[in-house]
This record gives sequence, structure tokens and C-alpha cells, in this order.
Amino acid sequence: MNLAPDLPPIAALAVAVLALTGAAVALTGAIGLLRFKTFYDRVHPPTLSTSLGLFCIVLASIVTFSVLGTRLAIHELLLFFFVTMTLPVSMMLLARAALFRDRVEAFDKELAAEVRAAAQQEAADLAAAQAEAAALAAVDERPGHDEDAAYGRD
Amino acid sequence: MTREVLAIALFVAQAMLALALCLCVYRLIRGPRAQDRVTAIDSLYMNALLSIVLVGIRTGSELYFEAALVIALAGFTSTSAVAKFLMRGEVIE
Repeated sequence: MNLAPDLPPIAALAVAVLALTGAAVALTGAIGLLRFKTFYDRVHPPTLSTSLGLFCIVLASIVTFSVLGTRLAIHELLLFFFVTMTLPVSMMLLARAALFRDRVEAFDKELAAEVRAAAQQEAADLAAAQAEAAALAAVDERPGHDEDAAYGRD
Repeated sequence: MTREVLAIALFVAQAMLALALCLCVYRLIRGPRAQDRVTAIDSLYMNALLSIVLVGIRTGSELYFEAALVIALAGFTSTSAVAKFLMRGEVIE
């Protein structure tokens, strides 16, 4: 905990403020990731830590190393540019994959509902036909029942 | 004096990032579907990158910058690969 670079007061203050801001923004993003309800909401908050959070912390790093080693150290910006370029690509791929999966799932559910409705209809038809057949058989097997008489024949 | 203030500020920042990592892990375990878990991993490696840069500031060593760059590269590749897998069921067709 006692480990910190030996910086002049103004630079130290700037580094402290930038580091705290970046970490607070990243924490906000993580809380958003935790609390939002649907996936399409949850895609957004982590980008807080990758844009403003990363920018603040990279700036703190630039200040630190520029003051420590007497020349301007801007190679840290490479990290910021790299993340800024690549993150939208991976997030877009992920959101499209999620959209595809949701669509497939909805289609499957619809299909399953249709199949279930058709099966129920078929079962009901079968039960009705069986009941009708049973009723006819009962009529046929009645004692003294003459089938021909029913049709008016002798 | 300024050194102590800076040390405390960096410690608090690292503690915040550690808490953010814990929240990401919670979402990773809890996440109802695969895409939520992938988002959680993405956020996880990004927060780890930030805390590694903070460790670099704290020790005054330039080595940690390269570690952060490698983490960014590996994270982008893995997130893209998993997204492709979720979409098509295969990574390389």
C-alpha cells in the first residue's frame, strides 16, 4: 500500500484524480452489467469501462511515465486505440449472435406449439371416433336387435 | 506527503476495480444465457487490463503495459471466436 511513484505534487494529484475517475467509471459499468434486466441492456454498460475508464487510466499512465522518464511516453495510447478499434467489432458479433439465437429459439417455440396443437386435435378426433364406434357396437349387440329391421327390411 | 496520498488513491482505485471484477464474476456465474456470460468475460478481461495498468503506474515499471496489450489482443480474439461459435456452432468452417 505504500508503493507509489515519486512524482511532483501536481502530477501526483493529476494521476490520483485520473486513476480514481477511471476506476469509478469502470465500477459503474460493472454495476450496470449486474443490474440490467435483459441481455440487450447488459451489452451497453461494459463499454463505459472500455471507453472513459480506459481513457482516464491510460492518461494517468501517460502522465506517470512522462514525468518519471523525462520524455513524452505516448505509447500507452496504442492500448486505447487498439481497444477502441476492436471492441465494437467483438460486441457487434456478440449482439448479432444473441439476436440469431433468440430468433431461432422463438421459431422453435412457435413450431413446438403448432405441433402440440396438431397432436391434441388428432387425439381429440381419435377419441371422438372411438366413442362413436363404441356407441354403434353397443347398438349392434343389444339383445333382440335386428339390424335389418332398423332399415325397414324383413 | 503527496506520495502517501497517491498511494492511497491508487489503492482505492484498485479496490474499486477489484469490486468491479467481483460483480463481473457474479454475472458470469449467474448469467441466464451464454451471451450474458460472454459479455461478463469481456467486461472481466477489460477490468483486469485496467487494474494491470494501475499496477504498472504503482510500480513505475513499463513492463505491465505490454502485458495489458497482450490481454487486450487475447480478449478481442476470444470474444470474437466465442461469438462466432454461438452464431454458427463452429469457429472455423
